[in-house]
Amino acid sequence: MKALEHQPEVTFLRDEEGNILLASSGEWRVATLKGVIPVLDRHLRNLSRRSLRWDLFGISSIDSAGMVLIEYHLNLLAKKGNTVEVTGASQEQQQLYEMVASYISAVPDVPQERESRFLRPFTHLGESVMVFLRDINAFLSFVGENFVVLVLLLLQPWKFRYRAIIKNIQDAGVRALPIITLTSFLIGVVIAYQGAVQLQKFGANIFVVDMIGISVTRELAPLITAIVVAGRTGSSYTAQIGVMKITQEIDAMRIMGFEPHRFLVLPRVIAVMIALPLMIFFADIIGIAGGMLVANLHLNISMTEFIHRLQGVLDVKHVWIGVAKGPFFAWLIAMTGCFRGFQVSRDTESIGRYTTISVVNAIFLVIACDALFSVILTELGI
Amino acid sequence: MNPVIKVSNVVTRFGSNLVHDGINLSVRQGEIYGLLGGSGSGKSTLLREMIMLQRPQSGQVVVLGHDLGNVGREEAAWLRRQWGVLFQAGALYSSLTVAENVGIKLKEYAHLPKNILQEIVRMKIRMVGLPDYAADLYPAELSGGMIKRASLARALAMDPGLLFLDEPTSGLDPIGAEAFDKLILELREMLNLTVVMVTHDLDSIWTIVDRLAVLGDKKVIAEGSLKEVMNQPHPIIQKFFHGERGRIRVQHGK
Ligand SMILES: Nc1ncnc2c1ncn2[C@@H]1O[C@H](COP(=O)(O)OP(=O)(O)OP(=O)(O)O)[C@@H](O)[C@H]1O
Ligand SMILES: [Mg+2]
Repeated sequence: MKALEHQPEVTFLRDEEGNILLASSGEWRVATLKGVIPVLDRHLRNLSRRSLRWDLFGISSIDSAGMVLIEYHLNLLAKKGNTVEVTGASQEQQQLYEMVASYISAVPDVPQERESRFLRPFTHLGESVMVFLRDINAFLSFVGENFVVLVLLLLQPWKFRYRAIIKNIQDAGVRALPIITLTSFLIGVVIAYQGAVQLQKFGANIFVVDMIGISVTRELAPLITAIVVAGRTGSSYTAQIGVMKITQEIDAMRIMGFEPHRFLVLPRVIAVMIALPLMIFFADIIGIAGGMLVANLHLNISMTEFIHRLQGVLDVKHVWIGVAKGPFFAWLIAMTGCFRGFQVSRDTESIGRYTTISVVNAIFLVIACDALFSVILTELGI
Repeated sequence: MNPVIKVSNVVTRFGSNLVHDGINLSVRQGEIYGLLGGSGSGKSTLLREMIMLQRPQSGQVVVLGHDLGNVGREEAAWLRRQWGVLFQAGALYSSLTVAENVGIKLKEYAHLPKNILQEIVRMKIRMVGLPDYAADLYPAELSGGMIKRASLARALAMDPGLLFLDEPTSGLDPIGAEAFDKLILELREMLNLTVVMVTHDLDSIWTIVDRLAVLGDKKVIAEGSLKEVMNQPHPIIQKFFHGERGRIRVQHGK
């Protein structure tokens, strides 16, 4: 292995006239400098208007970091009115000295903090508000651009990327069916159980059918499906487009005349808008089936009884309302996913950041949109 | 004297693609060593094998007396501190600024106080010819040539004894490339560097490279000083140095 590295050392000598000699020795290399810095600081900090001699003769080897350290202190000393003479430098050290001197700043500076601690929360608040406004602005222009491309495409419908749409339906819809099955089944089970406990108290077992039928089709299936799709598909859209942005694939597409909205965004948005309503209908069936199972085991309602009751109480409008929410949720999810993907810039870290933001935004928007539906439909008396 | 790097009988294969079939070469202390060869001849791959990013299927790579096929964890860590690398595409950390990129190894290994660290980083950034404002830019905000310089600054951060450069001057303007060459010469003088560089740049080969190896046909087809190599009759070498661009360069000399 390697011989032990000699630590850099510096000794301070004072002659009778008060002149100071710094004798330095050892290896002044970046990996070993740590020890000598406090020594230099301690001895040199309070010197002013003195005359010093700094002897480099004992230094066996020095690299540019070591030279920076020396020159940093030389500059500090000079600033405080000391006169320093450097002696004993070999020719190579002389060369290194000159090179470093030509690059480091003559006046060692310490960056000042500008804003006061007191104002910082306000600065942050202001900044986040500005970021929020800018995001909204950017999202609106994204939507606008998307709409323009959509209108142009509607005039030439053969230019739609049908294959991409089909492939995206496959990815976002068909492949998500297992997880949708699982979650909506469990939701049906949970609702049935919660309802059963309460309804049994009144002997109103059969009303569990009303409860499951309406809550699952109208609210729960759409919401759960949308949340699963936001987490699964929205995030992957952001990541896919984000990576393409970083690797400049988007730029390459633009210069070849492949409009990203036509090739990337619209196929995804349309695919999710087609797939989500279908998935909601699927989740309706599975959720009700889950409820039916619990009703059968726990409340002794037979399957035929359950279905008979369901036909009586579940207006078809509830199913339609639930399914009709699909395209709206889908549009929000896919648009946010793509939009955040295009916002990715610069570094790989921002892919992760924007993917998270995209999912959080999408879920929030879906829930907000659902609330809006509730209010409007209730006001309309539907 | 022992060579700094010794490559013997290296064979590299990617699947069915045989890239190296028995490579032999050696790099001496203090020299600037060029690796030449056409695109896809395996220069970058060979470089990766010298810095432990990749293992050859067989053969031996010895760097600073250590057989890379057989080093312990501690030895490997020590070796990694002995060299700086400039990757062909820069490979700067995209989420860090230029100054942070340059300072990251110093921060990790040298434990210097902030003001000294800043001063060292600033010196390296100026040394490679970047303007001061570049320190706070992110890699995505740099031009191609600036990326090259920033990654050189990063490679030089710890004043390594061994410097690996993968096409350092490609993508630079001729003036910048010349300054880059001069800088490498200067650094070699002052810091006792040994430099291994992959290059296609005829000017660099003429002005700063001491010895070179030419890869072709999966082997080293010539090794030695420029004069020795140019006199080899191998057709690849003849094409390289006596093609249109090579002829002009030869006429003008150094
Ligand atoms: N990770 C890898 N997997 C498979 N093949 C690889 C890999 N890396 C390199 N290769 C192959 O090895 C060969 C040599 O590649 P290398 O990058 O070393 O070429 P090079 O000489 O540096 O070329 P250039 O001058 O264009 O940079 C090429 O055929 C390449 O396809
Ligand atoms: Mg290469």
